Amino acid sequence: MYAGELSGLKLGKATRDAFGEALRDLGAEVSELVTVDGDVGNSTRTEYFAKAYPERAFNVGIAESNMVGVAGGLAGSGKIPVVASFACFLLDNAFDQIRMAVAFPEMNVKLVGSHAGISIGEDGPSQMGIEDVALACSLPGLTVVVPSDAACTKAATEAIVRHDGPAYLRIGRGKVAEVYPDGCNFELGKAIQLRDGADATIIANGLMVPAALDAATALKDQGVNVRVLDMHTIKPLDRDAIQKAAEETGAIVVAEEHLHHGGLGSVVCQAICETKPVPVESVDVGDVYAESGDPDGLLQKYGLTPDAVADAVKRVIDRK
Amino acid sequence: MAAAPSIDQLKERANTIRKLIVRITTEAGSGHPSSSLSATEVVTALYFGGFMNYDPNQPKDPKRDRFILSKGHACPVLYSAMAEAGYFPTEEIMTLRKLGSPYEGHPNMKRLEGIEASTGSLGQGLSIGIGHALASRMDNLGFNVFVMMGDGEMGEGQVWEAIASAAKYKLDNLTAIIDQNGFQQTGATDEVLDLAEFQPKIEAFGWHVQTIEGNDMESVVNALATAADVTGKPKAIVAKTRKGYGILDVLERTGDLNFHGKPLPPDLAEQALALLDS
Repeated sequence: MYAGELSGLKLGKATRDAFGEALRDLGAEVSELVTVDGDVGNSTRTEYFAKAYPERAFNVGIAESNMVGVAGGLAGSGKIPVVASFACFLLDNAFDQIRMAVAFPEMNVKLVGSHAGISIGEDGPSQMGIEDVALACSLPGLTVVVPSDAACTKAATEAIVRHDGPAYLRIGRGKVAEVYPDGCNFELGKAIQLRDGADATIIANGLMVPAALDAATALKDQGVNVRVLDMHTIKPLDRDAIQKAAEETGAIVVAEEHLHHGGLGSVVCQAICETKPVPVESVDVGDVYAESGDPDGLLQKYGLTPDAVADAVKRVIDRK
Repeated sequence: MAAAPSIDQLKERANTIRKLIVRITTEAGSGHPSSSLSATEVVTALYFGGFMNYDPNQPKDPKRDRFILSKGHACPVLYSAMAEAGYFPTEEIMTLRKLGSPYEGHPNMKRLEGIEASTGSLGQGLSIGIGHALASRMDNLGFNVFVMMGDGEMGEGQVWEAIASAAKYKLDNLTAIIDQNGFQQTGATDEVLDLAEFQPKIEAFGWHVQTIEGNDMESVVNALATAADVTGKPKAIVAKTRKGYGILDVLERTGDLNFHGKPLPPDLAEQALALLDS
């Protein structure tokens, strides 16, 4: 059973597939768009763009530091570079280059990290980007987006390409449920409310959004009504939606496929403490590295399931 | 592009720039004058020898040539050359490193027009230069890119990633200059991390490489002219220089020929300026 199934959502494309298709389609109308790859374009799906526009695609090899620097230079001469690799190799390996060639000079570079989270499965912890959001959010001026499904990813890809400034888009490897089967009304920095309820709010992003919906579905049968917010943009953060949720529901659960420190949970807690302090519970990877295994087994073992979210909601309501 | 001046005129310009380097770093009370002085002939030749196409009044002209100072700590030579070129009044650079001044301790392109890359974290300028060079080719803009690195900086792995990728794309609009002054922060480069000879290594990647006396203006001008005519591959100039060139007698008296990352105290600055005037 996949996350979202309980709520009647169909299993859709992987977000990396949606990204690749959206980027290829944008290539026709955004002539400044170019890609810079670290030889994983067939994994990140920038290859769709590269096949359509070979003269605008640069594979600089397994050299992420240079890859990001080259993107910074391309942006300095007016291009809109999309630089893509596995989230861990992009953010962790080339962090200083992102700082110096992208964030500090405010270059119009779009960073795309694929294979984020533990749900990549069998390849194991060395390939799992679970620190990436913390690293990205630490950089001043960088927009950080974690879309939940294919439609949201398509809209997010268009939004960051049209946004004038540096951005990071986090996408995943495996298929995920269709949270937005009829298309996503996406606006950078604006949370999307998927359910309403008065007892608590689940703030989620990425593949934890369908898990949050399943938790809400299950809890409703038990007489507990929760609000669900898709917090696809972590930076700039929709503090108004968070404050409103704290004031109106009095309890928050944050769910993300990331380490406990520095991700969505951290920034939501900060926003809540600074606006309307209420109890918070977190569902995340914790403070550990995971292991190899099948994606569903890993999500179960590391507690990133609808059941784990529902349990967190019960705990946080008890603390009200 | 301005008409090329004579070697003597370029030497005179270099001397003016050297005096500015000494004055602004002493006034600032910090900075990297010796790292700037080794690079003075190359930077002077680039800005005043007819090798770069630029207009100080149009620093964002898409067709301008780009100069990236990857060894960003040597920015006193860049600010001095740009002031001489007319980007900003010379008096302004006396505010080097002061709060509120755009003449920061390392180049910050967001605060100073004409700076092509924010540098200071070593090893990154060549990659950024490659991006500009690719864009120049894609849009048929015809501009050239010059990147100056330090020899200590060559210890950064990213430089070698960049060297390989510039060769892949046959970027003949890209020239890298290595200011091989022989010293880095804590000592001689061949003792801290011996990278041996640069020329055969960079040639092996498919670049055109020249090794020259980098504090000899005529050699610098000739090398830049030779590089300008090379097509089909990126170009490198290994400029063998002396850190603190121009005021070596003064530095010798201090017993520190590296003199890394510190300004001359006012009395020594006076001696250095007198030496440069003599």
